[in-house]
Amino acid sequence: MPRHPDPTGPDRTASLRAGFRAALPYAAVGFLLSMSFGIFARDAGFSAVAVVVMSAIVFAGSAQFAAVTILASGGTAGAAVAAAALMNSRFLPMGIAIGPSMPGRAPWRAAQGQAIVDASWAMANRGDGTFDRWFLFGSTAPQYVSWVAGGLLGALGGDVFGDTSRLGLDAIYPTFFLALVIAEVKDRTTLAVAVAGGLVALALVQVAPAGVPVLAASLVALWGLRRRPEEAA
Amino acid sequence: MTATIWWTIAGCAVVTAVIKGVGPVALGGREIPARMTGVITLMAPALLAALVLTSTFAVRDEWHVGAHTVGVAVGGVILVRRGPLVLAVAAAVGVTALLRALT
Repeated sequence: MPRHPDPTGPDRTASLRAGFRAALPYAAVGFLLSMSFGIFARDAGFSAVAVVVMSAIVFAGSAQFAAVTILASGGTAGAAVAAAALMNSRFLPMGIAIGPSMPGRAPWRAAQGQAIVDASWAMANRGDGTFDRWFLFGSTAPQYVSWVAGGLLGALGGDVFGDTSRLGLDAIYPTFFLALVIAEVKDRTTLAVAVAGGLVALALVQVAPAGVPVLAASLVALWGLRRRPEEAA
Repeated sequence: MTATIWWTIAGCAVVTAVIKGVGPVALGGREIPARMTGVITLMAPALLAALVLTSTFAVRDEWHVGAHTVGVAVGGVILVRRGPLVLAVAAAVGVTALLRALT
């Protein structure tokens, strides 16, 4: 049994509201990122409808950018989806961790798992191995709305902003992801893996088929097989 | 190209939903093997760094350094010095736009 019971009644509403408030800064940054995704995807050949549909039904920023980066460099749909799947692989252990805090039958738990996004998952963690799922739902809701809204604005960006490249909006995406890399670097191993992964991809850019450089970077993560359990961060 | 885009969107939606859905159901609440966790936790830094470097130092399949390379570098310095994300992004955009306006 989890040490904390699943909130009910007013406690449930309080959790939802607390999650909603805590997620607002992430929703704001997500809006900018999603807008830059929309502009980026339009440049890669996406229609405005395709951008909004993708943001609405995929709702995974790094996976969307990875997939579109590969298409933009001339890669296949298969390579793009593979990169998205690898990028999303982190949701697997996150979902396993939150599983015991999500009651109900398997299909219902799988449906609740759709609410997992990085910031919500981290904030819903009570720090004792249990999660407040209502906090998770409350914090994912504004992030979803701002993600789709930002994508819509970015998709129409060409009409709203004129020549978007003059505004330097293409610098949002690498800077945001650099922030995520810095957050991921917690020790020497993660730093070495990040540097090696980046260099592998960059080294292959001019020689490997499109899509392969980013996928090849994931092989560096196999270094994790060498780590002993007590060293795992 | 249009078909490729829609297949990519459909594929991404399916793999994302499956990965997010499998987690809470898998293993019936048991622990994931530690060696597997080690690989998965390193997947994000490796892939994210690959996206950052290829989008900063290459255009399509060519190495390329441009205004946005400088902008991202300025944003990176702010981030490494523990400055706020919004400031780093604003600086990266501003520097990139300024350099493009001057050239």
